[in-house]
Amino acid sequence: MPNKLQKLFPGLVAAAILALPLAASAQLTQADLDSHLGMESHIANLTGHAKDAKMAYRRYCLVCHGDLGDGNGETAQWIDPKPRNFQLGIFKCRSTPTGTLPTDQDLYDTIARGLDRSNMPQWSTFSNQERADLVAWVKHFSPRFASEKPGDAIQIPPEPEVTAERIKAGREVFARVQCWKCHGATGQANGPSSSTLQDDLGRPILPFNFTEGSRPKCGSDDKDLYRIFMTGLDGTPMPSFADNIKPDEAWDLVFYLKALEPQPSKERAMAKQLALKPVDPNAPAGQQ
Amino acid sequence: MRIATHCRLWGRSLRAKHFVVAAMVVTSLLLISSQNANAIPAFARKYGLRCSACHESWPMLNYFGQKFKDNGYQLMNDRDSPIWQNPGYWPVTMRITPFWSRESVNKVAVDTAPTGEQKITTTGFNLSGLDILAAGTLDKNISFLLVPSSDETGAFHFESANTRFSNLFHSPWLNVKVGKFELDSFISEKRTLTLSANGGGYQLFHFIPQNDGNIFGQIGDNQLGVEWMGHSNNDRTRISAAVFNSVDGNVDLPYGQNAYTAFFAASQAFDTGKLGVQRIGGYAMIGQAPTTYLTNAGALLPGTGTGNKSFSRVGFEGLFYVTPKLDFQVFTQHGEDDAWFGACYGDIIDGGTPCTNNNIAGTTLPQGAKNPTWNGAFIETHYVWNPQFVIIQRSEWVRMSQQGLPGVANNYGDIDNYVIGYRYNPFMNPRAGFAFHNEYSWLRQRGTAPDGSDLTSNSLMLGFDFDF
Repeated sequence: MPNKLQKLFPGLVAAAILALPLAASAQLTQADLDSHLGMESHIANLTGHAKDAKMAYRRYCLVCHGDLGDGNGETAQWIDPKPRNFQLGIFKCRSTPTGTLPTDQDLYDTIARGLDRSNMPQWSTFSNQERADLVAWVKHFSPRFASEKPGDAIQIPPEPEVTAERIKAGREVFARVQCWKCHGATGQANGPSSSTLQDDLGRPILPFNFTEGSRPKCGSDDKDLYRIFMTGLDGTPMPSFADNIKPDEAWDLVFYLKALEPQPSKERAMAKQLALKPVDPNAPAGQQ
Repeated sequence: MRIATHCRLWGRSLRAKHFVVAAMVVTSLLLISSQNANAIPAFARKYGLRCSACHESWPMLNYFGQKFKDNGYQLMNDRDSPIWQNPGYWPVTMRITPFWSRESVNKVAVDTAPTGEQKITTTGFNLSGLDILAAGTLDKNISFLLVPSSDETGAFHFESANTRFSNLFHSPWLNVKVGKFELDSFISEKRTLTLSANGGGYQLFHFIPQNDGNIFGQIGDNQLGVEWMGHSNNDRTRISAAVFNSVDGNVDLPYGQNAYTAFFAASQAFDTGKLGVQRIGGYAMIGQAPTTYLTNAGALLPGTGTGNKSFSRVGFEGLFYVTPKLDFQVFTQHGEDDAWFGACYGDIIDGGTPCTNNNIAGTTLPQGAKNPTWNGAFIETHYVWNPQFVIIQRSEWVRMSQQGLPGVANNYGDIDNYVIGYRYNPFMNPRAGFAFHNEYSWLRQRGTAPDGSDLTSNSLMLGFDFDF
């Protein structure tokens, strides 16, 4: 006959295991952060120093991202999407494989590009050095940057010539990897899963609407689009398709996505000429 | 427009001077009545950013704030259209400054004084004028600014009222503004960090030589017209051209029928590593304004001005960082008015001006009259201890290089102005602005005291500057 403690043991073990991630993501203190003030960033010939960005962060960033970089600044409660919690070391816009840290260049580019459809503006007015310092400052918030190296940037093959065949092939890829489940058959962000999506912190999140003319958060040129679905947007339901889409197919998908966008483009004109219909979610595989 | 009034009041004819100086103390208190400055917490509320994001210390814009303004009050993050705002959002800000000040003038004409003049010092509590700043976007790439502004008595006028079409044809180089607006100098008097009676504005933005009838060439006054402005994506390069009526911003075309002025400005910023971004630029204001008015039964007919004469203001401006916390604003000017203005022809509509000469047929210039010319400069220093505390200093000099009329002392009307102060924001949030403002300023104008000696005045000001 097991005693009371023995009865509770499996439950206690389960509780302890479940609590592990919470402990791992426990809030860092100012003292923890101060120990990382020597953090540096390296972008081309520039070396950024975290300690040199303290005032700029206070002036421009603190109101959203908070004193401790945890995304709990005084404005955070009012804005949506919520500011990034730098302590977690998880970033959407990367050139590196999913699950890895971004490169310094990725963070540097994000600061200047801003994030459309969020409160993060384009901080392109900083000098290059100021921006490099801010990258180091962002890194100093997360212990991941002290213990891990960023992933290697994915290789993007040269962009091929866009053709009608490639756009049609991109439509096949769109159907095969089920982009439509979130983004909708017409790219209008109205797929069957779109209303149920949550980010890693359990907050509702919307898929990108290709048809409203907005720029994707992580850049809007062809290479940016390629990079987005081959690296995924960590922290969101958008996964990496690096294992499901071959590089050549990825370019096909880029061309098809461009054809969905309302801006005048070669891809859009070709799709119109082809009289391409939206993908049919119910069509058997390979019969779009 | 308060410095304009200031300069005009400070000397045209000797006849007017006694009245002017007697009114000096009162006037100096009135001068602070309306800062007309643009620090707009409504923007902070809209975007959730602190004042410090756009202002080096409010209301002075930093580089990011300048870019926001150049983008037509847009962050360009797809949340600029008002459709994204809560319907209860109201893009309106109000600003006013209660203050205590000590104003002193060294020589004022006084009947009971043994020498006919004496020093007058006044202290007391006062109130600035009120600025109501409504600004924002009407739709993506269409923005507006409306600033009903009052003096401390509550008498209102429209300081700004304009609509701007930004990024036409998706190009940051095509932005058009129509209405009443501030001229495009990146050193802005509307956003100056100084507030006192003698130091609250830039002398060079309103300088008019003594006995000069040209009120039209004041780059510090908002003007009625149209402006094209273009800039690079990161705002490193800025260029603009504006055409406006030569009416000094006054509505209803009270002066000439066909008198226009043009203002051109261009600047380039440079990345200098650790020091940040330095900016240097230049401006030119070239215009014409009337000197001849029709009359009826001896009374002037507004809007009938002809006999246009020319004027110009040109100079360089720069914003230089010596360390990330210490910067210098440098502004220079070379000005020239036509000899007719120098002889006190020009604005005879404005009740405040002592010039009453009308250039009717047969009128000739006084013997030896020349185009008045001058040179000037100021250096304004800011030490930003942190985004909540800034120390300010400005030194400004204006020197006449040629007087309009013969027999006038070379240095008559020269100006020296020195200002020092600080602004402390005890808190900073994305909803409102509040600063404790302490400032001392000293001003000397050569030869304009009642006895023909130098007129000096000084102001000490302690105020609570707030907007919400």
